[in-house]
Amino acid sequence: MFGASSLELLSFEPPNGRGLNLLHGLANSVGIAFGSFGVGLVIGVGGAYGKLYGGPVVRDLLEVYTTVVRAVPELVLILLLYFAGTDLINQLLTALGYAAIDINGVVAGIGVLGVVQGAYSTEVLRGAIRAIPQGQIEAARAYGMPPGLLLRRITLPAMLPFAIPGLANLWLIATKDTALLAIVGVNELTQTTRTAAGATKAYFTFFMAAGALYLVLTLVSNIAIGRVERWARRGMPSIAGSH
Amino acid sequence: MAAETPVIDAAARASLWMQPHRIALILIALVVVVASIFLMRWDWLPAYLPLALQGIWRTIWLLVVTSVLGIALAIPLGLAQVIGPPILSVPAKVFCTIIRGTPLLLQLWLLYYGLGSLFPQFPWIRESFLWPILRQAWPYAVLSLTISYAGYEGEVMRGAFAGVPLGQLEAARAFGMSRWKIFRRIWLPQAISRALPTLAGETVLQLKATPLVATITMVDIYAVASRVRQDLFITYEPLLLLALVYMSITGILVFGFRRLEARIPSKLG
Repeated sequence: MFGASSLELLSFEPPNGRGLNLLHGLANSVGIAFGSFGVGLVIGVGGAYGKLYGGPVVRDLLEVYTTVVRAVPELVLILLLYFAGTDLINQLLTALGYAAIDINGVVAGIGVLGVVQGAYSTEVLRGAIRAIPQGQIEAARAYGMPPGLLLRRITLPAMLPFAIPGLANLWLIATKDTALLAIVGVNELTQTTRTAAGATKAYFTFFMAAGALYLVLTLVSNIAIGRVERWARRGMPSIAGSH
Repeated sequence: MAAETPVIDAAARASLWMQPHRIALILIALVVVVASIFLMRWDWLPAYLPLALQGIWRTIWLLVVTSVLGIALAIPLGLAQVIGPPILSVPAKVFCTIIRGTPLLLQLWLLYYGLGSLFPQFPWIRESFLWPILRQAWPYAVLSLTISYAGYEGEVMRGAFAGVPLGQLEAARAFGMSRWKIFRRIWLPQAISRALPTLAGETVLQLKATPLVATITMVDIYAVASRVRQDLFITYEPLLLLALVYMSITGILVFGFRRLEARIPSKLG
């Protein structure tokens, strides 16, 4: 079943080989993962600030957001947000007198997964901000730093070492959650794999190949995460061996 | 501050929780719920109710079976990584890395479509008594959800086993306990009680993974909602109800695990 003919299917020559299709799918997956992780981070910073410093109504609404998103399966949220989002945008466009548009699957995927990621990163970043010695933030306030500068110079860099393990986990979840977009037909790695496998009937070959690509993505991410963590922890005493 | 109010009685806690803005928010939520009951289409519900109940049962059955089988696999996987010789610990590590490094949807499709297209090629499988079972979707769903849970929990159990203080195990050995007895009485219970909070979260994640089996034709509650959507062309109502069902199951799970954690006397140093 892994004969020469099935390996030929993975080559890059167009008539039989579908390797390029898989790589194109991988590129889309990585792009969606990057985008949704970024959107999630922006939502997360805002959400964490809202939860920590916001008024009672903001805090309760954010609590509802994070609880609901973390309790409902990603698959259901993707369908809900995908249909509702595209519906809403098109209704808005027709109301404003424009023609309805077909929303690009990659962009929709980034938006939908970004909202999901945002709930998780809100919790991660909230915990990280609370782990900062609060004297640092008070000192910055005492110096008269405006909130934007305080966020940029003190809060974000100081919380980074505490946030990185959680954020690294979220990044790995983001890369794997992109596979769920295959359900709504976004052309990412799992979807292109299914198309190729269905057309050639070489299910094992293609799913194994896609699995290897995802695994490589995870392992490369792990190496990169290790580097980023060392960089963020520079100048801090190491946890291991301090008792 | 916490030291001044060590005990807050139930009434005080309720009044602390029921602040004016919360009452307003709850009222708004109620209005939204009532409006959605009257403004949205729910006339399909009675016809699909038996199927939906069966779907909920199937989702819960799948969750329980795969979690129990998965944890049964995860304990040896975790143990192998902590004290196993390389011949056991390396395969366990590789297994956990592969399972955690690839999407569950891909694993599910690999097993279902891959094995499903492979099995019919062997006449002895087609003639065996297992064939009527292997032709259905649920064995592949159970298998793939089980190994996925085992992969993630193997890693959790590795941490839990490694986290039990060495002094405890040495004390047990000093008492002359056999290795099996040490494992059964000291090591496993402490590892489980350490892992329990993580396991609660992971089991919720497992619940959220179950709707994937609808993509291989198993009719769980998610598949029922999809069927309503395809039959009647109504999009939002079944999905909203579906979200509500999953939130309820999550709530029950979290509550159950909290009760379980409270029952285990724990004093972690």
